[in-house]
Amino acid sequence: MIYRIAHKTRYEYADAVPLSHNLMRARPRNTSAQSCRWHDFSILPVRAIRGEHLDYFGNHVSWLSVEEPHTELTIDSHSEVEVRLELRPELSQARAWEQVAEAIRGSSDVIPARQFTFDSLHVRRSSELAAYALSSFPPGRSLLECAFDLTKRIHVEFKYLPGSTKIGTPSLEVLQHRRGVCQDFAHLQIACFRSLGLAARYVSGYLVTTPPPGKPRLTGVDATHAWVSLFDPDFGWVDFDPTNGVMPLDSHITVAWGRDYDDVGPIRGILIGGHRQKLDVSVDVVPIESGF
Amino acid sequence: MNLHVPHDSINIQGTLSPGFAERYAQKATAADEMLEPNRALRPHWQPLISMLDELGPRELGKRWEQARRFIHHNGVSHNVYGDPDGLDRPWSLDLIPLLIPSEQWDRLSEGLVQRAQLLDRLLADLYGPAETVLKGLLPPELLWANSGFLRPCHGSIPTHSHWLHLYSADIVRTASGEFQVLTDRTQAPSGAGYSLENRIVLSRTLPSEFRQCNVERLASFFSSLRNTLASLAHTNHDDPYVVLLTPGPYNETYFEHSYLARYLGYPLVQGNDLTVRDSTVYVKTLEGLRRVDVILRRVDDDYCDPLELFPGSYLGVPGLLQCARLGKVAVANALGTGILQAAGFLPFLPALCRYLLGEELKLPSVQSWWCGDASSLQYVLENLGDLVIKSAYPTQGEDPVFAEDLPRDERDELAQRIRAYPEKYVAQERAVSCSTPSLVANDLEPRRCVIRSYLVAEGDSYVVMRGALTRIAPSNDSLVVSLQRGGGSKDTWVVSQAPVSQVTLLPPAGEPVPLSREGGGLTSRVADDLFWLGRYLERGESQVRLSRGTIARITDQSGVDNTYAIEKLLAAWPTGFLLRANVELNLEFIEGLLGQVDGSGLRGLIASVHGFARVLRDRFSSDAWRILQQIYSCVTDVQVDPNHPALRIPELLDNLIERFAAFAGLAGDSMTRGQAWRFLEIGRRIERVDFIARFLRKTLTVPGSDSGLLEAVLEVMDCSLTYRRRYLTHVETHAVADLLLADESNPRGAAFQLAQLEQHLNALPRENNQLDRNRDRRTLLKLRTSIQLADLMELCRVPEGQPRRALHALLSEVIDQLALLSDAVARLYFSHVEFSRELGEVSEETT
Repeated sequence: MIYRIAHKTRYEYADAVPLSHNLMRARPRNTSAQSCRWHDFSILPVRAIRGEHLDYFGNHVSWLSVEEPHTELTIDSHSEVEVRLELRPELSQARAWEQVAEAIRGSSDVIPARQFTFDSLHVRRSSELAAYALSSFPPGRSLLECAFDLTKRIHVEFKYLPGSTKIGTPSLEVLQHRRGVCQDFAHLQIACFRSLGLAARYVSGYLVTTPPPGKPRLTGVDATHAWVSLFDPDFGWVDFDPTNGVMPLDSHITVAWGRDYDDVGPIRGILIGGHRQKLDVSVDVVPIESGF
Repeated sequence: MNLHVPHDSINIQGTLSPGFAERYAQKATAADEMLEPNRALRPHWQPLISMLDELGPRELGKRWEQARRFIHHNGVSHNVYGDPDGLDRPWSLDLIPLLIPSEQWDRLSEGLVQRAQLLDRLLADLYGPAETVLKGLLPPELLWANSGFLRPCHGSIPTHSHWLHLYSADIVRTASGEFQVLTDRTQAPSGAGYSLENRIVLSRTLPSEFRQCNVERLASFFSSLRNTLASLAHTNHDDPYVVLLTPGPYNETYFEHSYLARYLGYPLVQGNDLTVRDSTVYVKTLEGLRRVDVILRRVDDDYCDPLELFPGSYLGVPGLLQCARLGKVAVANALGTGILQAAGFLPFLPALCRYLLGEELKLPSVQSWWCGDASSLQYVLENLGDLVIKSAYPTQGEDPVFAEDLPRDERDELAQRIRAYPEKYVAQERAVSCSTPSLVANDLEPRRCVIRSYLVAEGDSYVVMRGALTRIAPSNDSLVVSLQRGGGSKDTWVVSQAPVSQVTLLPPAGEPVPLSREGGGLTSRVADDLFWLGRYLERGESQVRLSRGTIARITDQSGVDNTYAIEKLLAAWPTGFLLRANVELNLEFIEGLLGQVDGSGLRGLIASVHGFARVLRDRFSSDAWRILQQIYSCVTDVQVDPNHPALRIPELLDNLIERFAAFAGLAGDSMTRGQAWRFLEIGRRIERVDFIARFLRKTLTVPGSDSGLLEAVLEVMDCSLTYRRRYLTHVETHAVADLLLADESNPRGAAFQLAQLEQHLNALPRENNQLDRNRDRRTLLKLRTSIQLADLMELCRVPEGQPRRALHALLSEVIDQLALLSDAVARLYFSHVEFSRELGEVSEETT
């Protein structure tokens, strides 16, 4: 499938802000399953100063500074991404999860995955999370089967409730109240994996929504999304979406990955001298051509 | 006992008594810097000890007093967190230096240089390809679970440049005489400035001893530092602009920052003095932006850039990391270098040294075990009682735990914590260092010591300071050496057999210094702080005068009826004083007057004065600083007797008025007429007019002409004498109003202040392209005109019993215009002084 993505971020300030510096992660990275055909920004005020570099995880980071007084900042990010249908690994073929955990701990050829086994700002390992996860991880079961089972359980057992949490709500609290949004579920599942000694990372991107049968596509209803990628020594990184209880196929578009939200948040900015802000975000993902 | 004392121990009084060395030998039980294992005096100490014997204990005590006075007068201080005296604790210097023979120092230096090179290479690897981790030389935890590893700094400096420009190691000497490194300081090593200060104090207090001991000089280290920093500039090589970035006066070593900045000749800046435009760092000065080429930083890694690092930091510069990444500015040390302060690396250094340098590690660390390794963990748990437990990762002032000192149950708990998260802990052998003599009650006593050495990069290698900052434990039985724990420091003399060559950064005598006059360069923040210091000084002084005038009338025993005057004077007290309509000097009144340092009353006002003064400390002479300190201690130290609450108050107020006057006099006499002085003055003058207008609005516009009130007004305004000389009659409202408002020759009057303000504003720099660049001068002109045009005789003439509404309106107009004037000055000159804030985060949501 080929998608065209429009991701619009708009800040409004009560007073003119003389200077602002912003970092964005909006250009989708290339992966084995997708290629970003092109990407650009249109920015208001137009005299913004821009640049780009790759971050530690290989994500594209764009930075832009507005150095004249401005009362609004609009960043329109446009991209076109080709997503290829990849053969899903046969879940039962993976090694038993304990063997994988053992390999990650001890084997020198999977060292790079090790950095996704530790605590990070929003992901803390704990025995409670391990206990919650364990009913999906019976002894000797294939890692990927366990992971998919956990994915479906989170989807069923947790309520999707926007506004019930904020960035940084601890996974233990999410576990207790059984509600949250996609980033909470992603953090929770990553924390479950890491509590069992597995390597898991946070993926941020877009999700294509399908309009109800017979209804036209509405613009602006899509959103940024977050899901999880789990390391398997034989199959590599395998994605799971606990919010929707699925394994992504061709409707998830990856923008960036890292240890958790803090590594990949779509925008981070510092205002010099202004305050009070209103923020609007809208995302449109439009399929323009079927890849088949 | 075999004592090698150079000559007979006969002191000056001529009586035979044991010398310092003999007495010391009785007390020093452990391995010692001054004594051989057989308790004989080590040869390199002999010259100093015999000189000390010649001085004798009493003279030595006097010298120590002299040193203490010198430190006090120069305001050398070290902030101790959590101390009731907290900020500004005087630096504690021990008079007896630590002596180390130059051959030993050479050997130590060789090891230090190798260690610096190793750590520099390791940083380049960790912030680059991370081969040391991928090849299994370092456990992945030490990189990826290390809070000091800042991923945004990965690859953030040009290849082949140093990560580590300044390096410092805390060194202990074991009983066998071997040097071992206790901790590596790789982020922003502190203390080099204190070692310089210690040296200056000691070379003044023991001048002939210093001369005769062939002590190697420190200055060449600092000249290397200057050269290295200059060489880092990517642009502007001929005249690079280097600044020292400090977290500000609340940092524990702020004194050192301002001292070093002055010594090295760099401007001392805080984060909000700097701004990033077009990926270039600028310092904000009154004349506009000036490009910065190199930053010597004392701000911790993650606080340096709220955009990419810790977003809650107000100490950094948003966008700094990007400028460093693009090579537009050089930061020393490079951002991220704090990672190596993690004790977890210590056990791996020998193998890393072989891998990265192809050499054996010359200078060992104190024996350490990383508990993440299974066999190390087992050893540590079995020998816990003999070990010191530290965090494996960089910490914020967490103390090491001496397991031996813990009660049984706490030790078990510690073992459990280690077992649960072994990778987070490092165990170290108890590094019991040698003792060294320090001066206690005019005699020498042994104290454990830790030597902090300093290195700076030069070319491909490093230069070691020929001296150090030695810190000592607070008592004879204490094994913990920490300035935060109340230990002291001492100078360290690398003593040579032959006379040493002289190097100094101070200009050589006899060579004319190039002339320089203070031009610009004043940062907007400093100008802002000076302006507010001026305002608060004036506000404090006015309030003290008003309080004194009010209290004098309440306590007046002459029988004159002052009720009306007292009522109106009290009404003129500003809000923030916890007063009720109260004409009794009871405890409540006095407490209300004095208030609290964290808010209200005189204490609150003067605490604000003190707060601004602290930030500006390097701008004042030590005399001026002392007066500011006294103003503060006057109001904080005063004790109120609940039975006679007003007893000490008149004396306190008199003292304060004298000291305010003394400060104003010193500032007027000794500050150069540059921009700094002008902003202090502008603040003062604006505040004085504001006080006059508000005070007169409460007192002269009320009905009638109560002579008691008018007398009080003149007294508070310090104009009684002037009035008497001029009018010789009884006081009248319009004449008082004229003297205090319109008379340009009266230095206590409003018109005089406005005339002064005009001069100051005319002398300030103005950017030609700035919009509305004369708004301040226009506002001032309006103010002056409205006062000059006012017919005060007419304004004051009202029917008996009526308030003076027209005068009230004029004064209100003055107050409003003044606020506009203050605002205009702020917009023109302090507009760069703005705090940054983080944008609200965007939450990810899905449908």
